[in-house]
Amino acid sequence: MDSFLQQLINGLALGAIYALIALGYTMVYGVLRFINFAHSDVLMLGAFAAFYLAPHITPLLGVQSVPSALVVIIVSAAICAVIGMTIEFLAYRPLRKRPRLTVLITAIGVSLFIEFTGQHEKVFGAATKSFPTLLPKREIILGALHCSSNDLVVLVLTAVLLVAMWFIVQRTKIGMAMRAVSFNEQAASLMGVNVNGIISFTFGLGSALAAIAGIFYSMRAPGIEPLMGVQPGLRAFIAAVLGGIGNLPGAALGGVVLGLLETFLGGMPGLSNYRDGIAFAMLILILLFRPAGLLGKLSTEKV
Amino acid sequence: MRGKEKSFLLLAIAAAVGLSLGSGMFNRYYLGIAVDVGINIILAVSLNLINGHTGQFSLGHAGFMAVGGFTAAKLTLTCGSSVPPAFQPFFFFAALLLGGIVAAVGGLVVGVPSLRLRGDYLAIVTLGFGEIIRVIFQTSEFFGAATGLTGISKLTTFGWAWAFAAITVYVVACIVNSTYGRGFIAVHDDEIAASAMGINPTRYKVTAFVIGAFFAGIAGGLYAHHKLVLKPDGFDFVKSIEIVVMVILGGMGRTAGVILAAIILTILPELLRGVAEYRMIIYSLLIIALMLTRPQGLFTFGKKGPVK
Repeated sequence: MDSFLQQLINGLALGAIYALIALGYTMVYGVLRFINFAHSDVLMLGAFAAFYLAPHITPLLGVQSVPSALVVIIVSAAICAVIGMTIEFLAYRPLRKRPRLTVLITAIGVSLFIEFTGQHEKVFGAATKSFPTLLPKREIILGALHCSSNDLVVLVLTAVLLVAMWFIVQRTKIGMAMRAVSFNEQAASLMGVNVNGIISFTFGLGSALAAIAGIFYSMRAPGIEPLMGVQPGLRAFIAAVLGGIGNLPGAALGGVVLGLLETFLGGMPGLSNYRDGIAFAMLILILLFRPAGLLGKLSTEKV
Repeated sequence: MRGKEKSFLLLAIAAAVGLSLGSGMFNRYYLGIAVDVGINIILAVSLNLINGHTGQFSLGHAGFMAVGGFTAAKLTLTCGSSVPPAFQPFFFFAALLLGGIVAAVGGLVVGVPSLRLRGDYLAIVTLGFGEIIRVIFQTSEFFGAATGLTGISKLTTFGWAWAFAAITVYVVACIVNSTYGRGFIAVHDDEIAASAMGINPTRYKVTAFVIGAFFAGIAGGLYAHHKLVLKPDGFDFVKSIEIVVMVILGGMGRTAGVILAAIILTILPELLRGVAEYRMIIYSLLIIALMLTRPQGLFTFGKKGPVK
C-alpha cells in the first residue's frame, strides 16, 4: 500500500509535468489547428536558460533559496515566451494561409534546427550537463511514506498554474479573444479581435509553460542535454491528443493519466523495457474507441 | 501507354543489373552512395503513394522499413550459410520478399485505425506505431535487443537496389494511372465526394498503406544487406521525417519530383561532409526555407500531373 502511494505521488508529479507541456500543444492547436513540433525544444531551451541563469542569480538571492528559484523560473519562462513568439513570427506567420501540412513540416524543420544547433559544440554541446539544484531536496516523511520535496513543489506549482490558465482563458478578456479566435478566426477578426496578437500571445503563454515544465523535468532528471525535450514532448503530445486536442482540461487530464500509467505499468516487472511503447499503445487504444480523445466530444468550445 | 511503361521497367532493370556487373570499375564510396540513393527512391516513392497520391499523413514509414529489414536480415543470418552459392540470389530475393510481406501485414494493422482517424490524429497514430515497432525490436532478444543484428552478409548491390527502385516506380505508377488507381486520387481530393461516387475510401486507404509498407519493407531488407549492421535506433522518428521531407520536397503525388528529391537529399549530406558540424543545421534550415518559399515542392512547375 505504501509503495502504491509512493508510486502515486511519482506518477502524479510526472503527469503534472506532462500536463504543463500538453497545455502548450493544445492551446496552439486551438488557435492555429496544427501541431507545434518545436514545442518540445522550447522546453529544452527553458531548462538550458535556467542552467545558465542559475549561477548568476543564486549569488544575489541566496543559494537554493525559494526566491532565487522563483526568479530563475520566471526569467527562463519569459525568455522562452519571447523565443516562442519569435518562432511563430518568423516561421509560422508567413504560412498562415497555406495548407496545414506545410506548417507541420515547417514545425518539424524548426524543431530539428533547434536540436541540431543546440548540439553544436559552440552552443550547448551534445554532452549531458548536470542541472543545478534550485531548491534544497528534502525527504518528507508522512507516516511510512517518503517523498521528495521537489515532487510536492512540482505538484503544487502545477496545480496553481493550471488554475491560473483556466482563469486566463475563461475569465479574462484576452482569454475570451483566444476562445473566439479558436472558434472562428474570421468572425473574431471582424469583431475587432487582433488575431495576430492573440496567436502571438498564445505562443508566448504556451512556451512559458513549456519552459517551466522543462525546469521541473530537469529537477527530477539526472541531467540536461539538447535532445532532452524529445521524449517528454512526445508524451505530452500524446497526452494532449488523449484528452482531445484543443481542449484545455483534456490536456491536463491526459497528462495526469499518462504519467500515472507510465509510472505504474513501467514499474511492473517485465514491462519496464516497454516503457517507451506503453504511452503510444495507450494512445492508439483510446483513439480506436474515442477518436476525438477522452474529453474531445464533451466540449464544443475549443481553445 | 502500358507498353511504354513496361519497356521502361525492363530497360531500367537491365541498365541497373548491367551497371552492377561492371561495378568493380567504380569507386566503392560512390557505389555505396548510389545504393543509398536507390533505397531512398524506393522509400520515397512508396511513401508518396500514401502521403501524396492518397492524401493521408503517415509518419511511421521507418517502422515498416525496420520490420522488413529485421525480417530479411534474420532470415539470411539464420539460413544463409546452408544455401548453396548458386541459389544465393534467389534466396536473397525470397528474404526481401518475406520482409516486404511481413511489413505489408504491419501496414494492414496500421491501416485499420486509419479508417477512423484523419489528419493530425492519423499522423500521431502512425508515429506511435513506428515507435512501438522500434521498442519491440529494441527489447526482443530474438532480434538482438538494443545492439540489433550484426554480421549480415553483403548481398545488396547496385543492381538489386536500382532494379527494385525501378519496380517500385513502375508498380506505383501503374496502380495510380489505372482505372482502379484513380480512386486513390479521388480519396485525396475529396473523401466525401469520392464515397458519393461509389468509391470506398477506407479500402483505398488500407490498400495504399499495405502497398506502401510492402515496398518500405523491401527497402529495409536492401538497407540491412547494404549497411550490414541493423540497429533499432536507426529507425526512429527522424528517419521517418527524412522520408517525408523527400516526398514534400519532390511535390506530393509527383513521382518524378519525388525521385529527384530522393536523389538530391541523399547526395546533399555527402556533399556537406566538409562542413560536417553544420550539416544538419543547414539541412533543417533548408526544410524551413523550402516550406516558406516553395511549399508545393521544388520540382512542381504547374505541369499537368496525376494529382492537381
